[in-house]
Amino acid sequence: MTITEDRAADAASPEIGKARRRKEDQRLITGRTRWTDNIQLPGMLHLAMVRSPFAHATISSIDVTEAKAASGVIGVFTGEDLKDIQGVNITAWPVSAEQKTPDHLPVAVSHVAHAGEIVAVVAARSAAAARDAAELVDVDYAELPAVLDLKEAAKDEVLAHPDLGTNTSAVWQLDSAGQGSGGDVEEAIAKARESGIVIEREYRQQRLIPAFMEPRSTVVDPTGEQVTMWSATQVPHVLRFCIAATTGLPESKIRVIAPDVGGGFGGKLQTTPEEFATLAVARKLGKPVKYTETRSETMVSGHHGRDQWQKLTLAAEKDGRVTALKVDLMADLGAYAALVGGGVPVLGAWMFNSIYKFDAYQFNLTNYYTNKTWVDAYRGAGRPEATYAIERLMDELAAEVGVDPMEIREKNWITHDEFPFTTVAGMTYDSGNYEAATEKAKELFGYDELRAEQKRRRESNDPVQLGIGISTFTEMCGLAPSRILGALNYGAGGWESASIRMLATGTVEVITGVSPHGQGHETAWSQIVADKLGVPFESVEVLHGDTQIAPKGMDTYGSRSLVVGGEAVVRAADKVIEKAKVVAAHLLEASVDDIEFSAGTFGVKGTDKGISMPEVAIATWTGHNLPDGVEPSIDADATFDPDNFSFPHGTHLCAMEVDTETGATKMRKYVCVDDIGTIINPLIVEGQVHGGLVQGIAQALWEGAEYDEQGTLVTGSFVDYTLPTSADTISFVTDHTVSPSTYNSLGTKGVGEAGCIASTPAVVNAIVDAVRQFGVNDILMPCTPERVWKAIEKGRSVPGEGERDAQPHFDEGVPNQDPGAASEGSQA
Amino acid sequence: MIPAQFDYVAPGSVEEAVAALAEHGDEAKVLAGGQSLLPILRMRLNAPGVVIDLGRIPELQGVTEDGDHLVIGAMTTYAAVLASEAVSTHAALLSKAIATVADPQIRHRGTVGGALVHADPAGDVGAPALALGAELVIAGSGGSTRTVAAEDFFEDLFTTAVGEGELLTQIRIPKHTGWGAHYEKFVRVSHQWSIVGVAATVRSEGGSIAEARVGLTNMGSTPLRAKAVEEALVGQPATDEAVRAAVASVAEGTNPPSDLNGDADYRKHLATVLTRRAVLAAAGA
Ligand SMILES: Cc1cc2nc3c(=O)[nH]c(=O)nc-3n(C[C@H](O)[C@H](O)[C@H](O)COP(=O)(O)OP(=O)(O)OC[C@H]3O[C@@H](n4cnc5c(N)ncnc54)[C@H](O)[C@@H]3O)c2cc1C
Repeated sequence: MTITEDRAADAASPEIGKARRRKEDQRLITGRTRWTDNIQLPGMLHLAMVRSPFAHATISSIDVTEAKAASGVIGVFTGEDLKDIQGVNITAWPVSAEQKTPDHLPVAVSHVAHAGEIVAVVAARSAAAARDAAELVDVDYAELPAVLDLKEAAKDEVLAHPDLGTNTSAVWQLDSAGQGSGGDVEEAIAKARESGIVIEREYRQQRLIPAFMEPRSTVVDPTGEQVTMWSATQVPHVLRFCIAATTGLPESKIRVIAPDVGGGFGGKLQTTPEEFATLAVARKLGKPVKYTETRSETMVSGHHGRDQWQKLTLAAEKDGRVTALKVDLMADLGAYAALVGGGVPVLGAWMFNSIYKFDAYQFNLTNYYTNKTWVDAYRGAGRPEATYAIERLMDELAAEVGVDPMEIREKNWITHDEFPFTTVAGMTYDSGNYEAATEKAKELFGYDELRAEQKRRRESNDPVQLGIGISTFTEMCGLAPSRILGALNYGAGGWESASIRMLATGTVEVITGVSPHGQGHETAWSQIVADKLGVPFESVEVLHGDTQIAPKGMDTYGSRSLVVGGEAVVRAADKVIEKAKVVAAHLLEASVDDIEFSAGTFGVKGTDKGISMPEVAIATWTGHNLPDGVEPSIDADATFDPDNFSFPHGTHLCAMEVDTETGATKMRKYVCVDDIGTIINPLIVEGQVHGGLVQGIAQALWEGAEYDEQGTLVTGSFVDYTLPTSADTISFVTDHTVSPSTYNSLGTKGVGEAGCIASTPAVVNAIVDAVRQFGVNDILMPCTPERVWKAIEKGRSVPGEGERDAQPHFDEGVPNQDPGAASEGSQA
Repeated sequence: MIPAQFDYVAPGSVEEAVAALAEHGDEAKVLAGGQSLLPILRMRLNAPGVVIDLGRIPELQGVTEDGDHLVIGAMTTYAAVLASEAVSTHAALLSKAIATVADPQIRHRGTVGGALVHADPAGDVGAPALALGAELVIAGSGGSTRTVAAEDFFEDLFTTAVGEGELLTQIRIPKHTGWGAHYEKFVRVSHQWSIVGVAATVRSEGGSIAEARVGLTNMGSTPLRAKAVEEALVGQPATDEAVRAAVASVAEGTNPPSDLNGDADYRKHLATVLTRRAVLAAAGA
C-alpha cells in the first residue's frame, strides 16, 4: 500500500468519527512545548510570594528591610505598595442580589482570611534569590479566631470575615411549586410519611484539590504598547476582562496568552491573586517578570473543589415510585467568593432530580465563608455533587423497598419515547435513551453473573465481599445559553466565537474562542472543518488562546468547547461556503442558485463543471475576477449562543471487592455506556472518559483535603493528598449509545466532565452494597480502608442497624453523618 | 521548590568522606540517593551548609558474599539489590520488601544505606533488616569502624546509632538460605509509604514452621521485631487456624501513629491480619 492510496482512502471517508491521533501530541510528547514557565524574556525578573501561615489574622506590620538588601533582589512589595494598581479578584456570579462578598485583594493589605494568602512579593534576578529573600520578609500577624468547619460556620459564632457580620454568603432556592414546574414538596413528603416511604440522609462532599500536571505560572511583559500576560490558564479572555475591569488598564492595552497549558480540570478556571500580583509588580518595575508556583503553593492557594453537606429527603410511594425530593445544601466557599464561586453549587440545582420523573422538588442552598482556601469549579462543578446524592439515594430507596437498585431506577426514569422532556426542576432534556444505555452496560458488565457471585460470597460468609454499584447519570453542560446565565445573575454570556480564514495557498486557519489545555481541540476542530469545507485534515490549522489572535471568546470549561465553540466553527464554515458560492458561480458562469457544494467542490447542477475550494480561495485572494460589488474575502466569523444546555447521560456499573478483614477495597470491573450524541473523535472521547472516571473514582476512594485545628492544610503535598496513579486503577470497559443533541447541528453533547460526574456514586454504591448486610448504609468519602472497616465493625456490633427503618434520622448517631466524628477518626 | 544555597563536596573514599564530615561538623549533611534528603532541602525543612555526596565512593557500592553473610554496600541502590541473585537467594525477605518501595524511578536512586539511616518508621527496609538480624557497619573518624546489631541501630523516629561524624558503610545480613519470605505492605495508593507493613520469613520443616522471624513497619517510632510471635510460631503447622492463634497478640505493646490513613487501634488490628497473611505466605501456605 502506498501513502497516496492511504490518503485517497482517507479523503473519501468522513473525518468526523475517525479515531485520529491528536495532532498536538507529537509536539507535546517530544517536549517542543511552550509552557509558560519555559518563557524567557530579556531582563526578566523572578517572583517569590510570601504567604500567611495563619488562617485568620490581621497584619500588624511587615518589615522588608532585610529582604530588600539581600543579594539579587530588585524589589519587595506589600499589599500597601501595590494597592492602587493591583486590582481585585472578582466573582462573576453573585448568586443573589443580597450576596455578601468580601473584597479579595491579590496581595493582602490589612488582614488574611486563609493560610496561604499572599502578603508580600519579592522580585529578584533569579528564582532562587527571590525565594531566599522571601524567607527574610518579617511579617507580624495578630492571629484571629478562625472558622474552619462548614457546620460551625453556619452557627456564626466565629466569623471568617468579622466585618461582614455573618458567614452566610448567599441563600438561593429552586422550588418546583413556586416556579410551576411541579408540585409542593412538603405536601408530598407529608403524604409519604403517612402512607409511603421517606428516606432521609445527609451526605458529605469532601473538599478536593485540583491536581493539574502543570503548576500555574504567569509571565508579564509590560514593555510594549500592550501589556502582555502569558498565563497557564483556561480562561485568557475572562482574565483580560477581569484585569481591565479592576486594575484601570484599558482592555485594549492588555493582551493575554494562554500558551500550551498542562491541564486545568477547573483549577485554572480562575483569575488568580498570583496573576494580578505578577502584573502589578511588572508594571511597578517596568520589566518582564515571571512567577511559577510550587506544587505546595498550588495546594494552599489554587482553588479547591466540592466541600458541601447535603441534607436530603426523598419521598416515595410504597412501590418505590418517587414523589418528591428536597435538598438542603450547605456549601463552603472557603475564604472568598471565587470567579464562579457561589454559582458552582447552583449548577447542581437542576441535576438532583437527574433522569427521573419526580412530582415535586425543592433545592435550598446556603453558601458560607470559612477561613480555608477558596473553592470554585472542579471537573463537573455542582453536577457531581448532585449526581452523587441522587444516585446514592436511589440505592437506599431500593434497599428500603427490597428490590434491585436498577429496578427502582427503571420505575422512575424518563423513557426514551418521552423526549423532549421538561423535568420537575424546569430543564428540558432534548434527547436520550436510558433504557438502551442500561441494557448495553448490563450486558458488557455481566450483571446477572456478578449478582450471582455476590450472593454466593454472602452465603459462604467470604471474607472478601462483592458489591455492585450503579450510576445512571445525566448532566447539563455546554455552558451556556446567555439568557439563562443572565437570569441567574451571572456576569457574562455563554456564547462562543469562531473565525475561518481561507489562505491563498489552499490551507485554512480556524480561530476559536475556546482555550484548550490538553483536550485535543486542534485535532477535533480540524476534523470538523475538513469535512465541512472538503479540505484535507492536514490543511487545517487551529489557532487559539491569545487575545490578539482570537480576540473574542468565553474559553474552556463546563464541557462547552465542542457543543458551543465547535458549533460556532460549523457556522463560520457555512458562511465561508455561502460567500465562496458567489465567487464560484461567477467563475463557472452559472447562477448562484445552481451551485452545489460537496466534498470540497463547487459544481453546477446538471453539469460536470466544477471548481475546488482552494481554487476559489486563490481567485478571491487575487481579486482579479470577482463579481461586481463582492469583497475579495471568503473569510467568515460566527458567534453562536446556544438555546439550551446539552444533556449527556449514561449507565455506569462498578463492581467492588471489599476485604472485610481490613476494609481494603478493590475495583473488580467498571463498565460505562455513555451517550454523548455524535462522536467527532472516538480516541479523544475515550481519553476524556478514562480520565474523568479516575477523577471521580479518586473522590470515592482516595482524595480529600484535610485541615488541622489551626487551619493548616494537612494534605499539603502528594505524600498526604493521595492522588492515584495508573497503578491504582483497572482497565475500564467503555461504550456508547448515540442520541444526537438537537441543539447543535453536529448533534454533539459534552464529554469532558461526564466520567467524573458519574463514577463517584457508582463506586460508593458498590462498596455500600458489598457490606450492607452488616448494617452499613453509608460510608464517608473518601472510603478509606479504615472507614470501611469501622463501618463494618460498627454495623456488626449494633444488631438491627441494617434493618433500620427509613424514617427521619438526622440525629448524630447515624453512622458517618457527623463531621466531628469524621475528623476525629482521621486526625486524632 | 528551591533549596537554600549549600556547598557540595564529592569525596572519593570513605576516609575522605569521614574527614569531610569532621571538617564541617554539624554544618554538613550526607547525600546518598537523595530521595529523602532532597525533598527535605527543597521544602527548606533543613538547610545544611555543605552536602557531602557519597555517590563517587566505589567501596560503598554492591553486594558481596562473606561466608555465611551477605554484605551490602550502604550506597547500593534498591534496584541493584532487586537485581542481585545473592540477595533473593539468601535474604529473600529484603528483596520482597524492597520491591514494594515507591516506584521504579525512586528505586533506581534510593539506597539501602540511605533508607536505614533516614529511619522513617514507615520505610520498608527497617523491618526486614531487623527480622533478618542484620548488622550495620559504621565508620568513624580516624579509620575506626564499629558494628551495631539492627536491634540497637534504630533509636527513635529518624534517629539511629549513626552518630555525628559517622557514616554507615555496610549492611551485613546472615544468610537465610531456603527460608520462605513475604512482605505484606498495606497502602491506599500504590506509591505510598506503608500504613502498616509486616515482614515475615520462615524456615519450614515437614509442613510446619521450624523458625520464624517477623518485623513490623510503622507500628512504633522504630521498626519492631515481634519476638513473642516468632516463638509462638515455632512448631506450628502452616494453617490459617494455627497461625491466626500464634500471631493474635502481635500488636501488644506496639505504639503506632494515628493519622489520615488510620488511627492507632486500626493499625493494631491491621498488624494482626497482615502478620497472619505474611506468615502464611512466607510458609508457602
Ligand atoms: C515519592 C517517594 C516515595 C517513597 N516511597 C517509599 C516507600 O514506599 N517505602 C520506603 O521505604 N521509602 C520510600 N521513599 C523513601 C526512599 O526509600 C528514600 O530513598 C530512602 O528513605 C532514603 O534513601 P536515599 O538513598 O535516597 O537517602 P538520602 O535521601 O540521600 O539520605 C537520607 C538520610 O540519610 C542520611 N544518609 C544517607 N546515607 C548515609 C550514610 N551512608 N551514612 C550516614 N548517613 C547517611 C542522609 O544524610 C539523610 O539524612 C519514598 C521516597 C519518595 C521521594
